[in-house]
Amino acid sequence: MTEKPKKVLIIGSGPIIIGQAAEFDYAGTQACKAMREEGIISVLVNSNPATIMTDEDIADIVYIEPLTVEVITRIIEKERPDGLLPTLGGQTGLNMAVDLDDAGVLEKYNVKSLGTPIDSIRKGEDRELFKEMLEEIGEPAPPSATVKNIKEAREVAQRLELPLVVRPAYTLGGTGGGFANTWEQFDEVVITGLNASPIRQVLLEKSLVGWKEIEYEVMRDGANNCITICNMENIDPMGVHTGDSIVVAPTQTLTNKECQMLRTASLKIIRALGVEGGCNVQFALDPKSNQYYVIEVNPRVSRSSALASKATGYPIARVASKIAVGKRLDEIPNAVTGKTMASFEPSIDYIVAKIPRWPFDKFDSGDRVIGTQMKATGEVMAIDRCFEAAIQKAIRSLEFGKRSLLWEDPKWVLSDDIKSYPLYPSDLRLWAVMAALRRGKSVEEIANRTGYDLWFLNKLKNIINMEKRLLSEQLTPELLLQSKRLGFSDIQIGTLADRLPEQVRQLRHDWGLQPVYKMVDTCAAEFDAATPYFYSTYEKENESLAENRNKAIVIGSGPIRIGQGIEFDYCSVHSAWALQKSGYQSIMINSNPETVSTDFDTSDRLYFEALDEESVRDIIENEGSGTDIEADIQEPPCILQFGGQTAINLATPLTRAGLPIIGSSSETIDLAEDRKRFEHFLNGLGIPQAPGATVTTVEEAIKVAELIGYPVLVRPSYVLGGRAMEIVHNVNELARYVKLAADLDTGHPVLIDKYLLGKEVEIDAIGDGESVFIPGIMEHIERAGVHSGDSMAVYPAIKLTKTEIDTIVDYSVRIGLALDIKGLMNIQFDVVRDDSGKSKIYVLEVNPRASRTVPFISKVTGISIVDVATKVMLGKSLKEQGFQSGLFPNRKLIAIKAPVFSMSKLLGVDTYLGPEMKSTGEVMGIDTSFNGALTKALLAAGLMLPEKGSMLFSIADRDKAEALPIIKNFHDAGFKLYATEGTSELLQNAGLSVSIITKKLDEGHPNVIDIIHDGTVNGVVNTITGGRVSLRDGFHIRRAAAEQRIPCFTSLDTARAVSEVLANGQYNYEVLSMPEYRNR
Amino acid sequence: MNKKAILVLENGSIFEGYSFGADIETYGEVVFNTSMTGYQEILTDPSYAGQIVVPTYPMTGNYGINDNDFESKRIQVSGFVVREECEEPSHYQSKMTIHEYLAENGIAGIHGIDTRAITRLLRSCGVMRGIITCEKTPQQALAEIKMKPDYSNTDFVQKVSSPVSYDWQAEKYNESVYNIAVLDCGLKFSILRKLSALNCSLKVFSCDTPAVEILKMNPDGVLLSPGPGNPELLGYIVDNVKILAEKKPIMGICLGNQLIGRAFGAKTFKLKFGHRGGNHPVKELANDRIHITAQNHGFALDPDTVSNGLEVSFINLNDGTVEGVRHKELPIFGIQYHSEASPGPLDTTYLFKQFLGMIDKSK
Repeated sequence: MTEKPKKVLIIGSGPIIIGQAAEFDYAGTQACKAMREEGIISVLVNSNPATIMTDEDIADIVYIEPLTVEVITRIIEKERPDGLLPTLGGQTGLNMAVDLDDAGVLEKYNVKSLGTPIDSIRKGEDRELFKEMLEEIGEPAPPSATVKNIKEAREVAQRLELPLVVRPAYTLGGTGGGFANTWEQFDEVVITGLNASPIRQVLLEKSLVGWKEIEYEVMRDGANNCITICNMENIDPMGVHTGDSIVVAPTQTLTNKECQMLRTASLKIIRALGVEGGCNVQFALDPKSNQYYVIEVNPRVSRSSALASKATGYPIARVASKIAVGKRLDEIPNAVTGKTMASFEPSIDYIVAKIPRWPFDKFDSGDRVIGTQMKATGEVMAIDRCFEAAIQKAIRSLEFGKRSLLWEDPKWVLSDDIKSYPLYPSDLRLWAVMAALRRGKSVEEIANRTGYDLWFLNKLKNIINMEKRLLSEQLTPELLLQSKRLGFSDIQIGTLADRLPEQVRQLRHDWGLQPVYKMVDTCAAEFDAATPYFYSTYEKENESLAENRNKAIVIGSGPIRIGQGIEFDYCSVHSAWALQKSGYQSIMINSNPETVSTDFDTSDRLYFEALDEESVRDIIENEGSGTDIEADIQEPPCILQFGGQTAINLATPLTRAGLPIIGSSSETIDLAEDRKRFEHFLNGLGIPQAPGATVTTVEEAIKVAELIGYPVLVRPSYVLGGRAMEIVHNVNELARYVKLAADLDTGHPVLIDKYLLGKEVEIDAIGDGESVFIPGIMEHIERAGVHSGDSMAVYPAIKLTKTEIDTIVDYSVRIGLALDIKGLMNIQFDVVRDDSGKSKIYVLEVNPRASRTVPFISKVTGISIVDVATKVMLGKSLKEQGFQSGLFPNRKLIAIKAPVFSMSKLLGVDTYLGPEMKSTGEVMGIDTSFNGALTKALLAAGLMLPEKGSMLFSIADRDKAEALPIIKNFHDAGFKLYATEGTSELLQNAGLSVSIITKKLDEGHPNVIDIIHDGTVNGVVNTITGGRVSLRDGFHIRRAAAEQRIPCFTSLDTARAVSEVLANGQYNYEVLSMPEYRNR
Repeated sequence: MNKKAILVLENGSIFEGYSFGADIETYGEVVFNTSMTGYQEILTDPSYAGQIVVPTYPMTGNYGINDNDFESKRIQVSGFVVREECEEPSHYQSKMTIHEYLAENGIAGIHGIDTRAITRLLRSCGVMRGIITCEKTPQQALAEIKMKPDYSNTDFVQKVSSPVSYDWQAEKYNESVYNIAVLDCGLKFSILRKLSALNCSLKVFSCDTPAVEILKMNPDGVLLSPGPGNPELLGYIVDNVKILAEKKPIMGICLGNQLIGRAFGAKTFKLKFGHRGGNHPVKELANDRIHITAQNHGFALDPDTVSNGLEVSFINLNDGTVEGVRHKELPIFGIQYHSEASPGPLDTTYLFKQFLGMIDKSK
């Protein structure tokens, strides 16, 4: 073993995108903690401010900087780490490490790559090298070959045997490929594929569609000791990306021999690769024989390893980090038992179900079919003692409101014909399976069409059978218990047995049917465990006995989805810590396996449960007296401010149930969220709000819109991430949207506001009833109308006048006091200036909870806002904490938060920015100058243009005047200009040289799409006009840009900012640690 | 099949569930096993004779019962306690359900039980006796338990060993290079399969076969099989092992390891709740290597009594107990865990080769 390093660089995974979510914050955070335990200084770099790992008390030295070779080289030059941990930052971190190695940086500065050697990483990542290695060790890879013409293809196919997958080389999103089950199909698919490939080449590969997809999580230390942590079985068989599959752990349908066969293969592979740390191995297993193929390895921690960690309690990333600095598995204590060592294999005595959370509820136009390209933004996990309960709880955890397994899509037209059921892979397949079972379709028929193993289908049928019993039989204690054991919620039981959910709950109480909580302990209860990590089940023994001490419950934010991301996990974690610091027992409830909040050592107690009324109330009861009447323990209060809309939505039900919440009351929350009440409230304070009203019908909507004048902004009340929010310009659009919004969520009306063109500004503030403290003001680069989550936000406000700032502070303080905010709130303002430069400031909305900018503002100001807010909720005033009403002095830095999208992964989704949020993550660019900060924000978000290049412009008529100076900026910066017909005219008239390119796709080549796809242009500026028809025109341009992964600016404000950076020609920026920026 | 049944433990704990398998009353020492798969191998492992087995994994029977995974000719456990038994198994090899298999073999099972609660109880109180019954009241069952003989005072090896000696017929023909005598104290088929695959021809002897009888075939080596119960009761086997140890290379597995220890004067003691599962880490002291092993034992060798040329060669990383011994000069070694796995990880199948290598050297 070589000497232990002294200072280690850890590269994070950057912004949250589809395929790379909070799991890497969890991994990086564990790595930092592991380094601290080993006495090693950690230097962390990540561009994502909404992470726990970028907290200065997690890593020793924190850089929030773009993840580029140049930036990281500068960090290495400055910090001189002697080691680098490459395997904890997902694919981004791994690629970065390889790039740094390629660039000779590691060698130059004598930085040793720790753990898994870079060569092993290459072997695991490079398909050809990996295949060679498998051959050497006698492990089977799916047979495949590359061919260049149909003759060659036929010859090869004889050898490989049908069915085959045909993948054209170098096409985007695998377009032009397909499956060949017969020789007729084969010729057709191959010819299409060859034509689709720009180099006329296709890959033929044995089709394993329908085979079982099995994963193993494996670890190896430097002394060649290997263990497996967990195996997992995908319910969706081969053909669906594992990130988009419903997965269970451990495997359910494999014999011991099959498990051991794949386990042995996994160990052989990890040894051959020389991985030192964690590794994920994926297999395809024939359901009818013991034949298998190795599909893929990830020589790093991954989404699957985070899931395996949460599923077993075994902290893979933490152990992998310690292995990387030279520890052996038998030298690392098992944090769960505290007595045994990490060198064992977890045994679990429950089943874990994971279901992906897809963004299709937001992207109606998106293609809901799932396949080899992952589309989910997040996932939920549920634990129970049987499959039926685990899957039903997981579905509750998805937070789809009324979409339990009873749900059926009203759009389905189902008949006797099995083909009428949408059983192809999609986000709704599970519900389609249930619908088919409900109508008596046989499990065999469904298995044929889905590839689901009969075991799973029979279990799902058990759920259907119970549905039928609940519908037809008298509800007895026995039947109720059995249905609870199968995971039926009180709501489902109520629906089926014709009772209100609350009546079902009462019956449960009367009959003594409460859930018990069992521990996740890595060892199936063989050893006494110290981990306070629990799940509910309906059985005999309760292991989570309430402690008689001060405590509070933090409600987490559930699965990561667009509009509710990792920021809220950051907040939840900090709130749990603040409780602990204040001497309280912190209790966390969450359902998301990717996160830091569901790490068992984040809080004093973790309940891995759905965040709905039933499970939260059950937990509160358990933490109160529970079943032990003697103990007389008070029911602990809940903190709802940090778990996004998920948590806030619990305010009313908990209050109605008479359960305590701390922080702003449910009355405050309702006042802020109920449009009508809020309007009165603001009127009373004399604070202006854009004219508007609440409506419930299309007729009302039209009346209101005519009164206030178009354009108007429409949205449903109680919204999340601007769901179904739009700016509409005329009566037809309005009618359509009101109907759509009403469909989304019944019970809540629709809001219509006058759309005011102004500068959007937002603040986060903490109130305690006496003071309102504002840590900072952020102004948006994009004008109001672009969702705040999709806007770039600048701290501090640099383009506001002192009067404007004073007004904003005054409004904020008055609103905070009058609403009686206890804890956090976020206010969005619209600053509208008239021609004389006089401004009027409107309140757009008030959110009585933590917002997504909380981590950002915490990091730039250095004030842990959540900590302060939590202490306020516990009764410690702002004054006592050393804060006073008003705005905190600006730090001498500029920080810009920029959104990041995952549009290349979501086929069919339009990318233009509007009031509906579309981004999946964010980055921060921080510097001493605006230009530096913006450059870095753009770099980190992948929106930076090269210093010289070409741009394509397609500008809507009404934006043309405004666009001209922006286009001039690009011209002055030396960019070559391309423009569509109308826009060209504008540029020619202005005397700019421009190449005209047609946007008519059926009128010859090259057209706009061609010059995007062939790389002629480096970026696009495309604005949209109001109507839906013109939307379609630009749609192809925007999709082409997304697929080519080049920047496409649909807001002129963003384009202007970018053009100014380019025109300035200033690419200079600092590379400093966070305290260095703040303390300048 | 939904007849109510109870499991009553010696300390008075009562667990209510439903009967499955054979509808009879059964008695035994209640033990838990933490393997997540391999119930068929566990059910047929003779080392579980006299025991009611509680798998900690809550769903049992998922892939049914097949023709390939038997470890002996019949079910050996005296009872089976599960959270859930699978009524509709799914596997291409499956021939019947676990309920059908238990019923066919006349073995009682109980399902719907909080098996984790039992495990926690056994972990903290130690293994104890229990009864599964559909007929008796808990009080009656408890009284019945007290009248039954103690597990540790019963010689189960006699009950499970083959009464006659026989030649193992390999399933696949392999050229025979080694002649191995196998002492059946509760043998698992996997041991024979593994050795057979390594070119061994195998003769299986009843547990009480005198050493001279075994030496008559002049084997290249002797394998001492695993088996159930208290090794202190097996003086009649230990005496034979003492004789064999002077003459032949020996490999002992599980009970076989304890027999080797006893032959060299070591003592055994009963573990509080035993080691039963497929995730136990052991360390090979010669090279510090870690292996994940399959285990099934309730007794262990006392390390302080390992002497007379014998030394501890493997230890358990969870509790430090002896997991293997070897002789410093003689070609003799034993392992407390199961190199044949079945069920469990295959990390230590290399030991069979090591055994044959030892034979090669001693020739």
